[in-house]
Amino acid sequence: MAQTDELSFRYRAFLKAYRWRRIDPVPWSPLGKPLAAARLGLVSSAGLTLAGQDGFDSGVRGGDTSYRVIPGDATAAVLEDHHRSESFDHTGVRRDANVAFPVDRVRELADRGTIGSVAPRHLSFMGSVTAPGRLTRDTAPAAAEVFVEDQVDVALLVPV
Amino acid sequence: MCNQTVSLIGAEMERRGITTVVIQLLRHIARAVRPPRALWVPYPLGYPLGAPDDPALQHRVLAAALALVEDQAAEPPVLRDFL
Repeated sequence: MAQTDELSFRYRAFLKAYRWRRIDPVPWSPLGKPLAAARLGLVSSAGLTLAGQDGFDSGVRGGDTSYRVIPGDATAAVLEDHHRSESFDHTGVRRDANVAFPVDRVRELADRGTIGSVAPRHLSFMGSVTAPGRLTRDTAPAAAEVFVEDQVDVALLVPV
Repeated sequence: MCNQTVSLIGAEMERRGITTVVIQLLRHIARAVRPPRALWVPYPLGYPLGAPDDPALQHRVLAAALALVEDQAAEPPVLRDFL
């Protein structure tokens, strides 16, 4: 079970004073079709990239809110860990990226007919965003636009 | 921070008509941020789908998340435990 006492003293002190952003009102878009006909896109904040893509910049104050596009046919084996946070154990992600970005698993769901199809573009973020102003103003709307363009019905979002 | 980040991105997608579900590792953050649909999992930070090289467990987590998407009777915000 994840506990905040896994974290460093300094980070715990920061979290104690941190004001979490409350989503209000809570938006609600029920699925208007069977899951077996739905297209599913993934969003992961595990900071994974493809070889050749720019890494994330941990020097950005408040957090790097940019994202990388990961093609729906990419395999977990080709994803590289660029997350700089020391607040979690990277061993699992480096061994099998599916533990935080289940690209292989969702293709299997499509093969089995559980979902209709996999989105052509998944989205990869680095989640250490402490100042989410830019995220909510710019990057999240741009990310949503990618999924709207690709006619994604269901988004599964995975933190790390 | 990751827990809040994905919830804020998901909320924007939900506003655009996409049905979203987020996995959450820290329940108190999910309660504070209030993503539309959240599945809390009892795993350490870094292991949202349970374990590496364990496709069966990863599929069980995915199935539980997708069950929230299919639950037409649910009322927002939904926060369910994966057990």
